[in-house]
Amino acid sequence: MADIQKRLSELAAAVDNPKERLEYYLGQGKKVVGCFPAYTPEELVHASGMIPMGLWGAQTEWKEVKRYLPAFACPIMQSNLELGLRGAYKGLSAVIIPTLCDTFRCVSQDWRFAVEDIPMIPVTHPQNNANEGSTDFLVSEYESVLNKLSVITGMRMTDAALEETIEIYNEHSRLMQEFAQTANDHLDVITPAIRHIVMKSAQFYEKAEHSEIMKDIIEELKNMPKHNFTGKKVILSGITAEPTEILDILAEYKIAVVGDDLVQESHQYRVLIPEKGGSAVRRLALQWKNRKGCSLVHEDFKSRGEMLVELAKANEAAGAVYCQMKFCDPEEYDYPICARTLRAAGIQVLQLDIDQQKGSFEQARTRIQTFAEML
Amino acid sequence: MSENNKATEQAAPAKPKRPKPKSMIMLNEQTAALAENTRKAKEKGEKIGWSTSIFPQEIPEALGLYIQYPENVGAGIAARKQADPYLQTAEGPLEYNNDICSYAKINLAYAEAMNEGGTLVMPDFLLVANNICNQVTKWFENLSKTLNIPLFMIDTCYNSEDYVTESRVKYIRSQLDQCIKDLCEFTGKEWDEKRFIEVMDISAKNKELWIRANELLANEPAPMNGFELFNYMSTMVCNRGKASTTEILTQLNNEIDEHLKNGTSTYPVEQQYRIFWDGIACWPYLGHNLRTLKQYGINMVGSGYVKAWALDYESNDLDGMAKAYSYCPANNNNMSTFIKRRADAIKQFNCDGVIFHINRACKVMDCQQLEAHRRISEITGVPYVGFDGDQADYRNFSEAQFETRIQGLVEVMKARKEAQNNG
Ligand code: SF4
Ligand code: SF4
Repeated sequence: MADIQKRLSELAAAVDNPKERLEYYLGQGKKVVGCFPAYTPEELVHASGMIPMGLWGAQTEWKEVKRYLPAFACPIMQSNLELGLRGAYKGLSAVIIPTLCDTFRCVSQDWRFAVEDIPMIPVTHPQNNANEGSTDFLVSEYESVLNKLSVITGMRMTDAALEETIEIYNEHSRLMQEFAQTANDHLDVITPAIRHIVMKSAQFYEKAEHSEIMKDIIEELKNMPKHNFTGKKVILSGITAEPTEILDILAEYKIAVVGDDLVQESHQYRVLIPEKGGSAVRRLALQWKNRKGCSLVHEDFKSRGEMLVELAKANEAAGAVYCQMKFCDPEEYDYPICARTLRAAGIQVLQLDIDQQKGSFEQARTRIQTFAEML
Repeated sequence: MSENNKATEQAAPAKPKRPKPKSMIMLNEQTAALAENTRKAKEKGEKIGWSTSIFPQEIPEALGLYIQYPENVGAGIAARKQADPYLQTAEGPLEYNNDICSYAKINLAYAEAMNEGGTLVMPDFLLVANNICNQVTKWFENLSKTLNIPLFMIDTCYNSEDYVTESRVKYIRSQLDQCIKDLCEFTGKEWDEKRFIEVMDISAKNKELWIRANELLANEPAPMNGFELFNYMSTMVCNRGKASTTEILTQLNNEIDEHLKNGTSTYPVEQQYRIFWDGIACWPYLGHNLRTLKQYGINMVGSGYVKAWALDYESNDLDGMAKAYSYCPANNNNMSTFIKRRADAIKQFNCDGVIFHINRACKVMDCQQLEAHRRISEITGVPYVGFDGDQADYRNFSEAQFETRIQGLVEVMKARKEAQNNG
């Protein structure tokens, strides 16, 4: 028990203070590349001998960013750009920004023009995954990313290095999946906030290092007697479920999180990089082809609602909290479709606004309380 | 990117009207014919499609399919000030967030709950090109899911470089090939290469005519009230590959030529300032916007619409077509391309100022433009002003703010002109 608490607080410290993690790696003489959400090919950074670090916004005041973004751009991009403009990301060798939504398209350019000391590496994911040409296209996007990374390292990534990285990433993803399952037997220890911290923390670690921590945590959990949780169970869906205050309110009302469909959390780990399919870069590109059930991935007859029902049922959740990132239009389009499908399957739905700005949680509390009573 | 059929006419203040120009009568006939022919085709059991505004229409046109354009219809509804019930339905029972594109809100409400007697015939399939934005992908995905009909997509890949990379051309080309195959299979139509080439030729001609008509406004004084050109956009959106469009645009060009020859203009007062309009028109307030601008003798001589369909490719060159559909729309291109195109247009039309619509409906047209306009203004020396609006949601616009902003711009334009005149 002591050990698991130590491991968990290590992760909590990393999530609390990513800057310290950045300095830790810089102190080791490593180069660090910032990876905007989501599905940024961080494996390419890793295989190039650098540390990829996730940039998922922060609770910060927006000042400089007002010159670049209207008030109705999503909070993650407001914060990321604000921090970039303010020089808070000093030390990063580059950032990689995908163009998965309209805000991303623009923010990649705002960054390019406004944050001159940290180069922006763009990547465009194909959206017509059903088309045969999509993988070739993504391979060439990845190669273009690699070219830009090589300018930073002065070296070319090797196939062997990427093979090794893929193994590390797949092992890590398996561990994260295992953690998510194991956690459900220990909902006393793994509260919603702790679950979130564990799932998010991998963004700030070299993945093999994080895997070691995860092995300890999983082992410790398995050594503990299963906990008989008598509260209510829900799943989370959305981009992120932050800040943790919201998750603490869930816990207050005896609601446990038993599964997630969050881009920041399970989406990072739920699709493995295929073992076969050609060169390492191509295999990495094929991982994208296997993604579905996400607002950032076009899919015929979107299956996200059905996937949520499955996730809820498999984990005996009575409800789903749709964590609606403010002003995130891809998520706003998916909501009605998901909500209807969930309700039709008898699963209660709560749409909760997610805003990274500091503020009061009273409204969220009232809504969660009512929701808890309905479950 | 969208437009309407009768926007200025509907939203303009009631005044003794000039007789309608012939081109406008022809345009109205074309609009009515498309709706009527689509309705009849549906009755006969033909498969009907809905499409986004800059889809490679050459393909469905060559197949003789009837296609309608929800963005265009949304603009019309908004211009006639009829959007409210749709917006309420979308945000109420359908649970759509107030934040999404107002064209989408109108159309999703129409499709799910309010299509009784409307001009859009309910579709059997959907055509999506994401070169205008990502929101259309999400919007049409939902149509596909709720109506349970297939969606055929051309993913045009955002251009981070200043050109369309070869890998993009290859991927988009492969989608064009696939789309032809899929549409033939789904509709049971046969592919006719000759007809395809014919449609491409007509489309190229129409593009040239459209650009020519618009570029005639570079003359000083401009022979036309720029807002009137908004009316003609529907012919480019909905009927870009048709011979009837060639007739309308030829007529329009002749009418403008005639004004030039006679030294007349359809702009109702003396033209004092020439401006470039960046963004979609504010359809519910077109009349108000026009009145405000007219007070100061401001004519909109240039806009993003001039080159909105500047799809440059050789006839029967599918690689070229792939490239054109990726490169043409402003929203699919990086900031350096955007800045260059706007700066060139501002110079070409000799604009005194720029009005930039900060469109609440459309993130892709807002989130890089603040920086872009600062830079464009640095390059051209031309002042700009932004105003908050929404192309179809009337709740997101303030008449007072618009008026104050325009007044501010006029002061700067005036001072600049005086300084120039004084050498
Ligand atoms: S709008 Fe949504 S998907 Fe786009 S950057 Fe913001 S949070 Fe991410
Ligand atoms: S989001 Fe913008 S570009 Fe997309 S359909 Fe709406 S108005 Fe047009």
